[in-house]
Amino acid sequence: MNGSSFIDKADQIFILLKLWVIGFLPAWAQQAAGVVLCVVAIICVFPGLFAISVLLERKGLGRMQNRLGPNRVGPYGILQPVADGIKSLTKEDLVPNSADGVVHFLAPVFLVVVVFMGYAVLPMGRNMTLVKMDAGLLFYFAMGASTELSVFMAGWSSRNKYSLLGAMRAVAQMISYEVPLLMSSVAVVMITGSLSLEKIVEAQNQYTWGLPHWYIFTPWGFAGFVLYAVAATAETNRSPFDLPEGESELVAGYFTEYSGFKFAEFFLGEYVGMLSISGLGATLFLGGWSAPFAFLGWVPSWIWFFGKVMLSICVFIWLRGTLPRLRQDQLMNFAWKFVLPLTLLNLFVAALWRFLGNEWERWVVCSAILLLAYVVMARVGFKRKHIGPRSYRYAD
Amino acid sequence: MLGEGILKGLAETARNFAGSYVSAERLTTVQYPEQRIAPIEATRDFPFLVYDGDNWEAGMRCVACQICEKECPPKCIYIVKSTDKKPDALGKMQIYPARFDIDISVCMSCQICVEVCPFEAIKMDTEFELSTTDRFGGLLLDRKQLAKSNEHFHQIHPTEAAEVDARLAEEKVKADAKAKAAAEAAAAKAAAAAAAKAAASEAAAKPVAAPADAAAKPVGGETKA
Repeated sequence: MNGSSFIDKADQIFILLKLWVIGFLPAWAQQAAGVVLCVVAIICVFPGLFAISVLLERKGLGRMQNRLGPNRVGPYGILQPVADGIKSLTKEDLVPNSADGVVHFLAPVFLVVVVFMGYAVLPMGRNMTLVKMDAGLLFYFAMGASTELSVFMAGWSSRNKYSLLGAMRAVAQMISYEVPLLMSSVAVVMITGSLSLEKIVEAQNQYTWGLPHWYIFTPWGFAGFVLYAVAATAETNRSPFDLPEGESELVAGYFTEYSGFKFAEFFLGEYVGMLSISGLGATLFLGGWSAPFAFLGWVPSWIWFFGKVMLSICVFIWLRGTLPRLRQDQLMNFAWKFVLPLTLLNLFVAALWRFLGNEWERWVVCSAILLLAYVVMARVGFKRKHIGPRSYRYAD
Repeated sequence: MLGEGILKGLAETARNFAGSYVSAERLTTVQYPEQRIAPIEATRDFPFLVYDGDNWEAGMRCVACQICEKECPPKCIYIVKSTDKKPDALGKMQIYPARFDIDISVCMSCQICVEVCPFEAIKMDTEFELSTTDRFGGLLLDRKQLAKSNEHFHQIHPTEAAEVDARLAEEKVKADAKAKAAAEAAAAKAAAAAAAKAAASEAAAKPVAAPADAAAKPVGGETKA
């Protein structure tokens, strides 16, 4: 009994801390103070994770390329993000003469604000959701779609051809991949019957023979997760979909004209966006804060959530270290001719899964449909050169 | 199959990632300020002036002929000739550079100055740690900073330095031979003159014997006349 209460306390430690702090305040201020505390916590924790992921990325990419990575600032280079932060804070903030000053200033601020808004609905642990919203997923995607606006604000206001080209690429890409991102999540909503992210996690937090009911362990869930991962990579402008900032042709894309802390804000926005979209992916397909095995249920729920998020970040880094950048037409072909049809098919398969009952046949039927579709579409795509190795009209 | 290549690539990077912790020979990075590798022999960056012996001023090979200054494409060399002369490496009296400046912020390391120099006086250095806090004065090297010994040249470019030394030695031998020949000729001339003089005085003293003597040494007699 004593042990279980300790486990409960460890699980709910942040909630208890918050209650303890706001206990010092008068009753009328308690609710507002609680919300402010949660917001402050989110604004502190995720930039901290941002620093860790930047370091992981630089070290990890280095190792993948048989380099050492940063190892000068602090032991093993762990203070590199601090040095980078100080550098970007003390750098001169340049605004081009012909730029639209107000929009140029607002774009990075808007990006960071919008990216942090997404965290409002993410369940980061048992009872650890800032806003318990019934339409949480909808809110998340509304906020996620707003990042395109800030990217275009940045590109347009800079009055630089590279910025504008980068921004136009970014908007085209983000809108194209927004569709499969949403569609792959809709399958989860269909099965759960709720847009509330909390309910989605609760639905996955069950165990049969000690194994969890995560959606990734179903045929439609696995396909959905892969498609979601592809779309999420493109949505966050990560390699191999980092055309908007393709340095080989566009200097730095939409943030070419940004320096100093505004540049750091874009950087922060990108990584915090990655963390948040990983968090959503974990919530939708990887069981959110639930433990991977029933016997590990005593580990605090927030550890699982943050562990899954950081694991996704590592996969992002791994992909970045492996894949070269796509060409613009390949990117678009892949989105509209491969990913989107498969997500639509996945919706159908999810419906089939829902109505085929609890028999083993549904595993066979659903897996077969998805596998067949994957093979056929890959074949057709390769044949028509929609996807596959690069071909050059004039350089063969 | 779609995705096969991606999986192969992921496996490759994973192998690199793990391997870089296990086998040190995978990591090619040199931890530069602490670890250094010797530059390869063909390395070159900026020119320096070679001197022989221990005294950089006395042993400097440069004779301020200004060919390099005129040939330098970015015009980074500035030379002022001296008004007096000093003996060069071959012992000949030569003018020397009173000023010899190279602005290495302008220099493009083309090595043309080295190729045109007839005196083997300017060569390419391998020194690359040239950063300075003064971007104008600090990068304008004067002749004292540029002067480096022949031993230094041997150290950085051994093959080239050996060739240069051989060439210089050959020239020195030639010059010595020439000097010796000149000296011998002068000595012979002096001897002949003396002989002619003696013969002339003898002829004056003994006119009977003169025809035979004149036939034997016509050149000496002619030159004398």
